[in-house]
Amino acid sequence: MSARDQGIVVEGLARAFKEIRAVEGIDLEISPGEIYGFLGPNGAGKSTTVHMLTTLLPPTGGRATVAGFDVVADGPKVRARIGAALQETALDPFLSGREHLRLQASLHGIRGAERQRLQDELLGRVGLTQAADRKVRTYSGGMKRRLDLALSLIHGPSILFLDEPTTGLDPQSRAALWQEVGRLAREEGVTVFLTTQYLEEADVLADRVGIIDHGRIVAEGTPAELKAEVGKSTVEIVPEQFADEPRLAEILARFGTETAARPGAAAVRLDGRGGLADVVRALDQENLRAAEINLHSPSLDDVFLAKTGRKLEGAEEEDDE
Amino acid sequence: MTDTAHQVLLIARRSLVRTARQPGTWIPPLAFPLILMAVNSNGLRAATHLPGFPTKSFLAFFVPFSFMQGALFASGIAGTDLARDIDSGFLNRLALTPVRGSALLLGQIGGVLGLGAVQAVIYLSVALAFGVHIDAGAGGAILILVLALGAAAGFGTLGLWIALRTGSAEGVQSMFPLLFFLLLVSSMNLPRNLIEVAWFRDIATANPVSYMIEALRSLVIEGWNLEALALGFGVTIGLTGVSLLLASRQLRVRMART
Repeated sequence: MSARDQGIVVEGLARAFKEIRAVEGIDLEISPGEIYGFLGPNGAGKSTTVHMLTTLLPPTGGRATVAGFDVVADGPKVRARIGAALQETALDPFLSGREHLRLQASLHGIRGAERQRLQDELLGRVGLTQAADRKVRTYSGGMKRRLDLALSLIHGPSILFLDEPTTGLDPQSRAALWQEVGRLAREEGVTVFLTTQYLEEADVLADRVGIIDHGRIVAEGTPAELKAEVGKSTVEIVPEQFADEPRLAEILARFGTETAARPGAAAVRLDGRGGLADVVRALDQENLRAAEINLHSPSLDDVFLAKTGRKLEGAEEEDDE
Repeated sequence: MTDTAHQVLLIARRSLVRTARQPGTWIPPLAFPLILMAVNSNGLRAATHLPGFPTKSFLAFFVPFSFMQGALFASGIAGTDLARDIDSGFLNRLALTPVRGSALLLGQIGGVLGLGAVQAVIYLSVALAFGVHIDAGAGGAILILVLALGAAAGFGTLGLWIALRTGSAEGVQSMFPLLFFLLLVSSMNLPRNLIEVAWFRDIATANPVSYMIEALRSLVIEGWNLEALALGFGVTIGLTGVSLLLASRQLRVRMART
């Protein structure tokens, strides 16, 4: 079986730093060619997990195989098959993009015409051909991230670790990076382990998502499965006339359970007795005019809230208190 | 060429290119020893009238100090650059490649040697241009360069160890005054037998840097003094060996890849 046919298998993986247990016995199984989103707030254990799986940090418990090799016993074999863009865009500000690629390729034993071909191909693929000979200190954040991605791909890895690859990027750069990561998985069969604190990123990119909090995986599944676990959509309506609010609440109650809403609005969690169209039809029949109608589908943030009791945004601050 | 040798070359080249592209880091270390050479060789010229002073040219007496000072500056640059690599995660990037730890260290030392060689050639050329005569001849001049490179390797490796130990550029820079203090309490300004203050003479005698300076000095003003050379080379090799051992052990801790 080739490395490309093997993904990541993690059993009870743990890492403690003296008294602090950063990762507490996680289990994962990631199939070849899958994009796995590892979602959690800062300090949840995402980067520690990535460091263990990329052989940069020995685990203190459990075991993991990456591309079929044990991360502790077969470090060099694992490293030969993985690419990693870690959280810091670890680049030398005084080297150019092309010099970075040349150094990285040479250290991987790629030389001569093959190295030149790979450099040119990757620079083109990440849109840095024009800027290839400029020093990295003149690059924008998005360009640095793209170079980081190119560097992680120079030796043709079968598994790619991306640790918060779009943190701090503008929407355009973020979308470009998503596109390239998606293409790598779809067209080249690269397995992608992506950590992120952005719900949208996990939702858009990942085939499956694992949510980690305080070093433990609290939920795992496809984004659709996880959202379905949390519940149905919520409809929130603001009546045109404030006085209509009690009547509005009565109408909405026909479609589900009342739920919290903004002042001046009424909201219901749909329970299957009708959808948004039925609610609108009912309002029309009752001659009740709405100033605003919002349909809120469950998000991964709702999943995080349901599993941890906290919103993902601000979870880190809450932990610090 | 073996893989390791190729890796050493790659790391050394990157280290040199990086240094060359930061003139702010190499111009002052190049200029400052020359300025001090000019100032001291004029200001302390009267010292040559002391009975027993080994030469009539204070410049000839003082020029070895410039090599040592250059080596210290080179150590600061090497250490700071490595500390920045640790801080920025670049060391982790290298750790993810098949690069060997030994190649990483030797490559960094190679970068220090490159800078040290440029410095030493310039100091020696300036000294010769201002009339310093190398008593040990051309062979002595070559040995001066070798010893200067040895000092750069020794102090440079010490700088790498401090960088690996502290992981911060500030940590490296805060050690620099301590190393500079070792220079100041050596026999840099006077031969040890002419230092009248006993405690200072004792410290200078116990200070290994004195023997590195005296070995260089012997080639300039005495010719071939085998005892001075043996002591100087012994201290230099010892410093490099101990620093290399410390740096290698610390690299294993810092780069804890499996």
